[in-house]
Amino acid sequence: MKNWKQYIGIIVPLLVVAGLMLYPTITGKAAARETAFTILKAIALASSLNILLGYTGYVSFGHIVFFGFGGYVGFYLLSVQGVSLWISILVGGISSGLLAFLLGKAILRLRGAYFALATIGVNEAMRAFINNIELFGGPIGLTLNFKAYQAYGGAAKALEMAFYIVAALAFLALIMSYFIRTSKFGLGLLAIRENEDAAEVMGVFAPDAKTWAYVLSAIVPGMIGVLFFFKNGNVEPHDAFPLHASIELLVMVMLGGQGTVLGPILGAFAYQGMRGYLVTSDFFKDIQLSVSGALLLMIVLFIPSGAIGWLRQRNAVLRRVLA
Amino acid sequence: MQQINLLLASLPDGILLGFVYGVAAMGLTLIWGVMNVINLSHGPIIALGMFGTYLIFNKLGVNPYLGLFIVAPIGLLLGILIYTVAVHRVINAPHLSSLLATFSVNMIIIGLGTAAFTTSPYNVDFNMGSVSLGSTTLLGTRLIAALAAIFATGSLYLFLYRTRPGKFIRAVANNRAAAELMGIPSSQILALSFGLGTMLAAISGALIATFFPFSILSGGGYELKSFVIGVLGGLGNPVGALVGGLALGVLEAVVPAFMETSWVPVIEFGLFILVLLVRPNGLFGAKQ
Repeated sequence: MKNWKQYIGIIVPLLVVAGLMLYPTITGKAAARETAFTILKAIALASSLNILLGYTGYVSFGHIVFFGFGGYVGFYLLSVQGVSLWISILVGGISSGLLAFLLGKAILRLRGAYFALATIGVNEAMRAFINNIELFGGPIGLTLNFKAYQAYGGAAKALEMAFYIVAALAFLALIMSYFIRTSKFGLGLLAIRENEDAAEVMGVFAPDAKTWAYVLSAIVPGMIGVLFFFKNGNVEPHDAFPLHASIELLVMVMLGGQGTVLGPILGAFAYQGMRGYLVTSDFFKDIQLSVSGALLLMIVLFIPSGAIGWLRQRNAVLRRVLA
Repeated sequence: MQQINLLLASLPDGILLGFVYGVAAMGLTLIWGVMNVINLSHGPIIALGMFGTYLIFNKLGVNPYLGLFIVAPIGLLLGILIYTVAVHRVINAPHLSSLLATFSVNMIIIGLGTAAFTTSPYNVDFNMGSVSLGSTTLLGTRLIAALAAIFATGSLYLFLYRTRPGKFIRAVANNRAAAELMGIPSSQILALSFGLGTMLAAISGALIATFFPFSILSGGGYELKSFVIGVLGGLGNPVGALVGGLALGVLEAVVPAFMETSWVPVIEFGLFILVLLVRPNGLFGAKQ
């Protein structure tokens, strides 16, 4: 245990997620579980996005497409084919990964703002496409028969189980994020972020590395999608591909510090907490969007490296400790 | 035969609409061409233009086309303000910063707009009669909107090519460092370009409001259309934007004759991705 400090970069994030997982049991309130669910979902999605955005430096404005697409595929299996939740989640994740692989082969050739625009296009095209597919219920979407929850011991038990699965997925996203960050593969991604051409000269095969980063950042969102729609009991094109949710994820990653393991967690926490406060406060509830916008602007203009990035720049000890 | 009749009926309408789309896209593409910033606050400004027409016509009783002369300068000033507050500091930062900075402006406008107007739909009850041409009927409002759009394009062209500030803008777009060395005040020129871009957005919104119902959120759809048009015509190429706008207008008129209207966005965004991949400089070449 002499060099436990070396692992503090993963220990702190894991403790945060574990704390969130136990939080509803400790407080014993039902509403606490809803809050914790939203934060854990945000942590898992933001940490996944961070693999592409923070490590590789590619700005995906439509990352929610993987949440929606995986969610749709899994939910179709769940509600129409009657497949079990576990397999549906797995298939949802795999199909998102597959979509990312195919998309990545095409659009990762674009750089900078062109890539960002293409991801917006992909999200909108997918939403409009699903809207026209009869198999997925067209514009009405799909609904889960209430009886389906019986297999998991009734609706209340199913909701509780969904909470623990989202916690598990958040753990998965974090561990993935940490191992990529500390691996040679991750080093290649960081090199691409700094200078793609130079990275290629140094022996990083950029097209493959980028594609795999894209795939790895798409799997967990797909799984979360299935789980989220299972919990809601229905899925609609409008809910599955909200462009603003993609941008909220970007904000979380940016807020906490892109390219760090702890950053997206902190960002997800801060953003959801702030939103929760603004929506419920009497004074801000009408203009909560404006207040979030103004805060975001402040961060972009004055602390572009995010909270963790800022701390790392200030303090040499933290720089070594925070991954 | 039925399809051809349908086409003849909807095509002129699509072309007229295309001019108005083109003006919105021109604003986006001008900003991109001059400073390589994708303006994500474009949509809400289009929506503000719509509400400009609403307030001017419904509250003040002024003709919406005269109202353009009020909406346009306000759009220009708003753009200069947005540039100074939100964009100037991140103009040389990575793309993510300018995208998020303009998106935060988007959130601020939508938030304030929702508080002021709610998100329910509004309608400007304004009629200019209609013109019949054989089997097709053209709404007067759309005809005038298209003429106004052409007028705006022509003015922009004259401004960029015949006036000193216009030449400065083109110089800064071409090479900012070199322009600065020639004594061009680049910060002011960038602010002016951003102002012109938002002015065009506001004008197109003001025109759209004369024939479509709208809410504070409806700018988002037109912003996405502007992206598609901008990419079709070549980002940074204002004339290409007008041509791209026409192409989109025609597409929207032609596709419903052959398949369900709900396929239109699939084709639009599919084409968008395809053009980005195959010809990222647009079908008609990039900035000039």
